[in-house]
Amino acid sequence: MSAVIDNHTHDHHGPKKGFMRWILTTNHKDIGAMYLWFSFAMFFVGGAFALVIRSELFQPGLQMVEPEFFNQMTTMHGLIMVFGAVMPAFVGLANWLIPVMIGAPDMALPRLNNWSFWLLPFSFAILLSSLFMEGGGANYGWTFYAPLSTTYAPPSVTFFIFAMHLMGVSSIMGSINIIATIFNMRAPGMTLMKMPMFVWSWLITSYLLVAVIPVLAGVITMMLMDINFGTSFFDAAGGGDPVLFQHVFWFFGHPEVYIMILPAFGIVSHIIPAFARKTLFGYSSMVYATSSIAFLSFIVWAHHMFTVGIPLVGELFFMYATMLIAVPTGVKVFNWVTTMFRGSMTFETPMLFAIAFVVLFTIGGFSGLMLAVAPADFQYHDTYFVVAHFHYVLVPGAIFAIFAAMYYWLPKMTGNMYPEWLGKLHFWLSFVGMNLTFFPMHFIGLAGMPRRIPDYNMQFADFNMVASVGAFAFGITQLIFLAVVVITIRGGKKAEAKSWEGADGLEWSLPSPAPYHSFSTPPEVK
Amino acid sequence: MRFWIILMSLLTTPAAWAAWDVNMRQGVTEISQAVYGLHMTIFWVCVAIGVVVFGVMFYSIYHHRKSRGAVSDTFHESTKLEIIWTGIPFLILVAMCVPATKVLIQMYDASDSDIDIKVVGYQWKWSYEYLGQDLGNGDNLAYFSNLSTPRAEVYNEAPKNPNYLLEVDEPLVIPANKKVRFLITANDVIHAFWVPDFAVKKDAIPGFVNEAWTIVPEPGIYRGQCAELCGEAHGYMPIVVKVVPEDEYVAWVDNKKQQIAQARGITPSVAHR
Amino acid sequence: MSNEANIQRTLRRGLVVGVLMFGFGFALVPLYDIICEVAGINGKTSTTAYQGASVVDESREVRVIFMSVNGGSMPWRFRPETTEMTVTPGKVYETAYLAENMTSRDLVAQAVPSVSPGYAAVHMNKIECFCFEQQPLAGGEDTRMPLRFMVDADLPDSVRAITLNYTLFDITDKVVGETAAR
Repeated sequence: MSAVIDNHTHDHHGPKKGFMRWILTTNHKDIGAMYLWFSFAMFFVGGAFALVIRSELFQPGLQMVEPEFFNQMTTMHGLIMVFGAVMPAFVGLANWLIPVMIGAPDMALPRLNNWSFWLLPFSFAILLSSLFMEGGGANYGWTFYAPLSTTYAPPSVTFFIFAMHLMGVSSIMGSINIIATIFNMRAPGMTLMKMPMFVWSWLITSYLLVAVIPVLAGVITMMLMDINFGTSFFDAAGGGDPVLFQHVFWFFGHPEVYIMILPAFGIVSHIIPAFARKTLFGYSSMVYATSSIAFLSFIVWAHHMFTVGIPLVGELFFMYATMLIAVPTGVKVFNWVTTMFRGSMTFETPMLFAIAFVVLFTIGGFSGLMLAVAPADFQYHDTYFVVAHFHYVLVPGAIFAIFAAMYYWLPKMTGNMYPEWLGKLHFWLSFVGMNLTFFPMHFIGLAGMPRRIPDYNMQFADFNMVASVGAFAFGITQLIFLAVVVITIRGGKKAEAKSWEGADGLEWSLPSPAPYHSFSTPPEVK
Repeated sequence: MRFWIILMSLLTTPAAWAAWDVNMRQGVTEISQAVYGLHMTIFWVCVAIGVVVFGVMFYSIYHHRKSRGAVSDTFHESTKLEIIWTGIPFLILVAMCVPATKVLIQMYDASDSDIDIKVVGYQWKWSYEYLGQDLGNGDNLAYFSNLSTPRAEVYNEAPKNPNYLLEVDEPLVIPANKKVRFLITANDVIHAFWVPDFAVKKDAIPGFVNEAWTIVPEPGIYRGQCAELCGEAHGYMPIVVKVVPEDEYVAWVDNKKQQIAQARGITPSVAHR
Repeated sequence: MSNEANIQRTLRRGLVVGVLMFGFGFALVPLYDIICEVAGINGKTSTTAYQGASVVDESREVRVIFMSVNGGSMPWRFRPETTEMTVTPGKVYETAYLAENMTSRDLVAQAVPSVSPGYAAVHMNKIECFCFEQQPLAGGEDTRMPLRFMVDADLPDSVRAITLNYTLFDITDKVVGETAAR
């Protein structure tokens, strides 16, 4: 986002000119912007894969692709969206916003920050290049269960492992940096319990990342050893156990799910109070709820594995623990609703996305609660009902929150207001497209359609067709967002320092656009 | 011309399929109906919570908007409220756990089965072996069950039959009203044996054996699919279970044993039940 | 302490936690095995011969069902000698599995045991089992592989039938690879 360039005459030096600026930069705003652009690019790549899937599933029969390529598409769509789109988008927002929210001049470890970012393009270039390798790219699902991903995997699996390692190093470095920034760079007077919710949610998310990404690194290292060095971690023939893979993977995988939603909680906790012109209800309970969700995420992993044959006691434990997560999540939703209650609301685009977030994420939470009921999960597991569930928490959950954040802070980033009508158009088309795509998936899942299949019986045909139409509508709509961002960077109505009437926080005390170097002398927080 | 044909077929075929079912299949067994009951209970619990939460939210959105002259209040904390909305959902969930636990215990009780069937997942077909049904040479009655949908239907060169992708050459045959235990494992990668109408879904894991059971009261044909991604033809390994009255089952076993024994050159007279 | 030093300390701590959690990922492997052995998750049975003794419980009988599966492309004919036995808990029984190498190549096999229901696994004690060792078999030959076992009297009353399954894997390539490496 070139509009970030400081055009005021300050006594510090501005950014370097040209391409090297982006390669060598240690500025949190530059790096944040690069993360966001990278994530946006990956969002379109992953989205294109999703549209390949949806076109094949438009009708029964094989029309577009062969099953083998279909599997590569489902796998790549999942990996790209999770690790390439959602996570980097949140890291990008964290980079841009955390220093200006806590009154810091930059991130604590600026050079590490540069490195964290630049690992990502290489990681995903390797991952995507595996599609062109002999034997095809990753085709074992984003959960890459052994032995399908080890003994029975295409040779490109080693590249997949290497790509995931790079991504993991990037994430760990990024989160350590965020922790170091939050702990050491806060403006005087900003105690932990005075921190903005986005900062809080990212602090907890960073802890989750540092704790579980190494476990992911461990599990893919074990895969690598099984494939290339003759060990038998997951190979029953050598005394290993394929189910062990799932335990270790989901020990990472479940906290990972919360990594993708906690920053979204933080964002929404900024936007709803701003447009309700009312203080966030229950700030401290929000902090406690987020922490308990993070803690519980470590003890519920086996609810992804209800059908692998866990003993009865284990099933019961994981069922109860999973249901328990609904309690702190509920507290957050109730707090948001109470924040809106007796406010003075207006409905600009960020608020629309935030309200849609609350409604649709709650619907995703409801289906999550249904999935937690172990006996019922025997019917839901690995069907489109699960696909519907996690898309409801990730698309209108994580992605709508990212859109909301972009609309909300874009004036601060670019110095210009975005065209409101275009933002609203983007919202309404996304809202309709998203529901058209994913709501029917509940029905086809309950009717009995397994996930990850390229073709299906005619009894699933009608709703699949609806879902495919919705997916194309949703996908094309995202071009509007690209237009909004480009238009806003290039010009538009000048944004005030405090771009929104109800906005609150240190970032709004800076001029818009925020100068290249901000808070060189820390502000005082009372 | 071709374009119009395709367009017409797009517009007309969905009506012929007409399967706008929105709810879970109730299934035919006691367990599957209990699961359906749980599903509906938790669904209505969610609906009730949703009505309250969204009710308050949309009330606020309508009444407390700036354009209607609403002025924002200043309250932002209430420990009492927080305790209430932590406590009530907790109690609802505890209440939900009770029936769920009961059904789960029932599902896990595979003891005292009448018939044991070994189910093995392969890339990409199922094999069924009737334990204790000796062919006469020490081998049990066993066979593979392959997808029988013709390629032409998959590649849209022939019209699709109603059981498209849910049909096999040799279905699994079990008697009605008998406790059948499935001992499930796999040959290569992880598969999952799933028959929705029985609410039976268990992973088939290479090197490990899992068990599940069912008692089907009604004879009929029940169809399911592999439910764990197992490679290229994951979508092409359906499960078809033919449930028959007991006497018919006994006759079928005898007949099947003879048929296989003959094909393999084992003296049929040696075959015994 | 200066801010820069604090930041460096946070970085070091973060890296240490990262390394420890990487190790924890690997530690989950033995941890899982221990939990499996104690709780009988997955029906894993002990890989060594049972040494202890048990009281005999004459008051009940338990069905033991024997099952065999060929893993991967294992070309042997592999099956239990008897498909089912009725046993008294605490008594030692003997049976066998039969294997025949249907190819003309010499192959090495490894049998992997699994018990269902899983929590019965800890009560299924094997005094002698072919699964403790690798089984080489020359092309065209057959063998009878004995199994001596005892279901111990602590088996919960609710378990009235135990299934013991062996999956036979062809490990010739691995074994040959190892000897070649030596």
